[in-house]
Amino acid sequence: MPNTTYILLIVFLPLAAFAILGLFGRKHFNQSSGLIATSLLLVSAALAFYTAYGYFFQYGKTGGIYQKIIVFKYTWLSFSPGMSIDMGVLLDPITAMMLVVVPFISLMVHIYSLSYLKGETRFATYYAFLGLFTFSMLGLVLSSNIFQMYFFWELVGVSSFLLIGFYYDKPSAVAACKKAFIVTRFADLGFLIGILVLSFYANSFDFVTIINRLAEPNAPEAQAAVAASFMGVSALSWGVALVFIGGAGKSAMFPLHIWLPDAMEGPTPVSALIHAATMVVAGVFLVARLYHVFSMAHPVLHTVGYIGAFSALFAAVIACTQTDIKRVLAYSTMSQIGFMMFALGVSGASLGQNETGFTAGMFHLFTHAMFKALLFLGAGAVIHYIHSNEMKDMGGLRKHLPITHATFLIACLAIAGIPPFAGFFSKEEILLAAFEHNKLIFYVAILTSALTAFYMFRLYFKIFWNKEAHLHGEHHGEGGFAMMMPLVVLALAACSAGFIPFGNFVTADGKPMPTELHLTFSIAPVALALLAIVTAAWLYKNETGKSAKLAASLNGFYKAAYHKFYIDEIYVFITQKIIFNLIGRPAAWFDKNVVDGMVNATADGTGLLSEKIKGLQSGKVQQYGIYFLAGVIGLAVLFIYLWK
Amino acid sequence: MNDFLILMKPELAVTVIIFLLLFIKLGKGMSNGNMLLLIQGLLLLNFALGFVLLDEGSLFGGLYKTSLLMAFQKNLLNLGVFLISLLFADWFKKSEHLPEYFMLMLSALLGMFFLISSGNLLMFYLSLELASIPVAAMANFDLHKKISSEAAMKMILSSAFSSGILLFGISLVYGATGTISFDELPAVINGGGLQVMAFIFLFAAFAFKLSIVPFHFWTADVYQGSPAPTAAFLSVISKGAFAFIFLTALYKVFQPLHATWYNLIMVLAVVTMLVGNLFALRQQQIRRFLAFSSIAQVGFILVALLSNSPSGTTAIVYFVLIYIFSNLAAFAVAGTIESQTGKTTVNDYKGLYQSNPFLCWMMALALFSLAGVPPTAGFFGKLFLITAGAEQASYLFVIVVALNLVISLYYYLRIVRAMFMDKNEHPLPVMTVQFPVKLGLILCAAGIVLTGLISWIYDYIQLLS
Repeated sequence: MPNTTYILLIVFLPLAAFAILGLFGRKHFNQSSGLIATSLLLVSAALAFYTAYGYFFQYGKTGGIYQKIIVFKYTWLSFSPGMSIDMGVLLDPITAMMLVVVPFISLMVHIYSLSYLKGETRFATYYAFLGLFTFSMLGLVLSSNIFQMYFFWELVGVSSFLLIGFYYDKPSAVAACKKAFIVTRFADLGFLIGILVLSFYANSFDFVTIINRLAEPNAPEAQAAVAASFMGVSALSWGVALVFIGGAGKSAMFPLHIWLPDAMEGPTPVSALIHAATMVVAGVFLVARLYHVFSMAHPVLHTVGYIGAFSALFAAVIACTQTDIKRVLAYSTMSQIGFMMFALGVSGASLGQNETGFTAGMFHLFTHAMFKALLFLGAGAVIHYIHSNEMKDMGGLRKHLPITHATFLIACLAIAGIPPFAGFFSKEEILLAAFEHNKLIFYVAILTSALTAFYMFRLYFKIFWNKEAHLHGEHHGEGGFAMMMPLVVLALAACSAGFIPFGNFVTADGKPMPTELHLTFSIAPVALALLAIVTAAWLYKNETGKSAKLAASLNGFYKAAYHKFYIDEIYVFITQKIIFNLIGRPAAWFDKNVVDGMVNATADGTGLLSEKIKGLQSGKVQQYGIYFLAGVIGLAVLFIYLWK
Repeated sequence: MNDFLILMKPELAVTVIIFLLLFIKLGKGMSNGNMLLLIQGLLLLNFALGFVLLDEGSLFGGLYKTSLLMAFQKNLLNLGVFLISLLFADWFKKSEHLPEYFMLMLSALLGMFFLISSGNLLMFYLSLELASIPVAAMANFDLHKKISSEAAMKMILSSAFSSGILLFGISLVYGATGTISFDELPAVINGGGLQVMAFIFLFAAFAFKLSIVPFHFWTADVYQGSPAPTAAFLSVISKGAFAFIFLTALYKVFQPLHATWYNLIMVLAVVTMLVGNLFALRQQQIRRFLAFSSIAQVGFILVALLSNSPSGTTAIVYFVLIYIFSNLAAFAVAGTIESQTGKTTVNDYKGLYQSNPFLCWMMALALFSLAGVPPTAGFFGKLFLITAGAEQASYLFVIVVALNLVISLYYYLRIVRAMFMDKNEHPLPVMTVQFPVKLGLILCAAGIVLTGLISWIYDYIQLLS
């Protein structure tokens, strides 16, 4: 294996961009900061692709199996032999895959933002934050140690917080970034406890060691973790379930999804990078990283599957009713992540069958990153043109925005699962895995898949067809080369990514698996998707009253879905009515009356004491002497006679 | 002869510096500024020398003992004195008696070096006095201020009192066991009543120097009255030195009394933390506030003492290193503000950020580290203190310690809030921070940030322990 220390550069170049732009950018080179960040990232991305290429084609395989390779390791803090927090780089198929996804999408977003945020006064700050995010996300996927991952996990959260709140003079953006931070922090608490539980039983923080010790049924550590139980559930299950809570928070799984739609307050390219393609799939990545440990705890893995499937359907239904185009995309993201999650959940590890679900989930993560980033960037171009997020202000834009229109259509076809676009291949694999292992999830999935096609084409027709565009005043063109180039590149990726024989590269056990197309199996899903598209076209292609009538006939359900099934209101009710009243108020009372009372009493006491000895300055030292002597005698009596 | 030169190198080097200062003083040809520069250079050189030519061994029939860990501890204290010489340059340059002041401070440092290396109760007593009496003189150096003389008076009287008790305790030890050598004592201590009493008398002397409740009464008065560098020296260097020798005394000499001192320390740790915290909560005077906060910090050091294992030693040495950076920075900012504007209360600090952002950030960083907020080094320091203590202590005790951490967080942040958030009609004027002070503060800030992040510092101390 060749010298690979350059891998560190992949991570540190974006950090350098953050440091340089964060420290000097705004004052000294605000306008050129975008170019600086982009060129640094270009180098980083090139190195990342080279690493992924090297791993997949040169040194990754030993005896036909992809190995987990520790490229670099630096012990940062060691608690006891075995238990240490390391900063390291772990290469395995999913890391190498993320090394393609993260820098690629980040690069596209960097380029796109050059034009999209042109003229923004805090241009350098924006790029500094993007650099921080890219650094943290790359650190997260390369982590060789679970604590290191937690560290970057929090950093990713921080940079997401900063970017959601980028327009900090907008109250809604401030509220959204706070919401995202609080909800994910809450979930991260679960992750942290999960880390402690798992590493306690594995006696290590190192991923490879944890997996070796806990995923091997005969290992003493695994047996101890299975034998120990709390409230009737084994410690191992508790550990992975808590870790999954952290992943669910980051990946917006029901019921921790409420922050994601609000996070769309950030600049649109940020939504494309963080809240569609990379950060939100960190939860999926985490489950995949610990997949073998999860598969030791079947009930938890099944729960992951059901939560994923439910989130997918739930979000798809809401997406059909939203009118803000970014929110539609946000719910669609949540729905697609649900697909990835249940693909992992149904991968059938427990039954000893081939783990097609794992490969399918990762495949979908890969393709989804391409077409969802494309959708967001396309939506950004539309918003840039129209200056509104609302569907009612759009319509008939296909002639005004030809490139955006073409690329957006490709992305819609991809996400709807129409061959030969990328989404078709990954989604068929997921459906197949679900069909083989869990029929209930399969039916939910196929329904969701049809809904996906429906709401995506509702979006498409509403933006680009529906009515004639009536635009007011002067309009600049479609956006510069910097905005169009990423769209075209991503569209090419969305067309071609599906043809990658993914099973050759990414599998649960590292052994290449032949990729098969099951043409007969695919007929039903594709037919359903086409039907959904036709329905969407019938309802939305021209401005008719049909859609309103449909909504009226489904009144109650439509309203509930439009209001996101009132989940936010339930949270508000629980926090404000129950937690504040039952915990907050009594705690405040305790603080005010008991703690303050004690402090005041102490202060009064000292005040009284100083009052009494005021004017006796010379006497004070003598008093100190008396206290001293009293202390000595008191301790002597206590320890010689009373407390032996 | 070679042994002597190498083993006693720290003491010899400090002695040489003291005599050099004496001769310069007699010559009378040097301005304060140059003199200070020379002193800083010598101290820095001494710090660098502290890393080479190290050895372990004992001299004078066991009266003087040294090890690599002790050499490291001495070097830490030397680093602290170097930082003081930078941080309080303002005050030093104005002082009329600069060489005398440093001769006294270095004599006290010499005393502490001997204290750390003492192998016998007699040696221990002598060096303890060498480490204390010059400090009382240093407390008197704001010559035109009455409060300074008062502080010196209080300090010398209290410390005479504590020395009396200590001497009484030493006689009792000799009476009960027939020896005062550190090497022989563990074999002859068996936990009899007289021995416990002698131990408690000795313990009181430590407790007095470390400001453990109820032997802490002198602390706040002396910190408030004495010149800023003296207060800083007392709260950091002196505390560190006595914590180190306390480790030797408890872990080696009085190991047979472990059952007794374990309970003693546990009780006093809780009381000390509580009293320090509660008194710090509503303190308006910055110096008194820092005094009570340092009492609370000593309470946390006591927690780690409970571990009775090398991990306790490691945690304490590591913590003292971090404490040097954090507390000196806090004292330096307070001292700068005091010497330039004469303001000393928390209310005066309101709105400091508007006029003096640099000082404000340094103070905030120091307070965050003292409060133990990650990612400052203070967090790691506290973390290791508590994990070391938790090895031996009950959960209830650990919970009490954690609660105290929360209380301390509150009052440190109170100051930070005053500086950053509170508005002030008349904020402090813009102050000039002289170059040495700025350099010292930046060094402290680097220490506060890096000591926690660079793991080999901790590993190195662990190796020595």
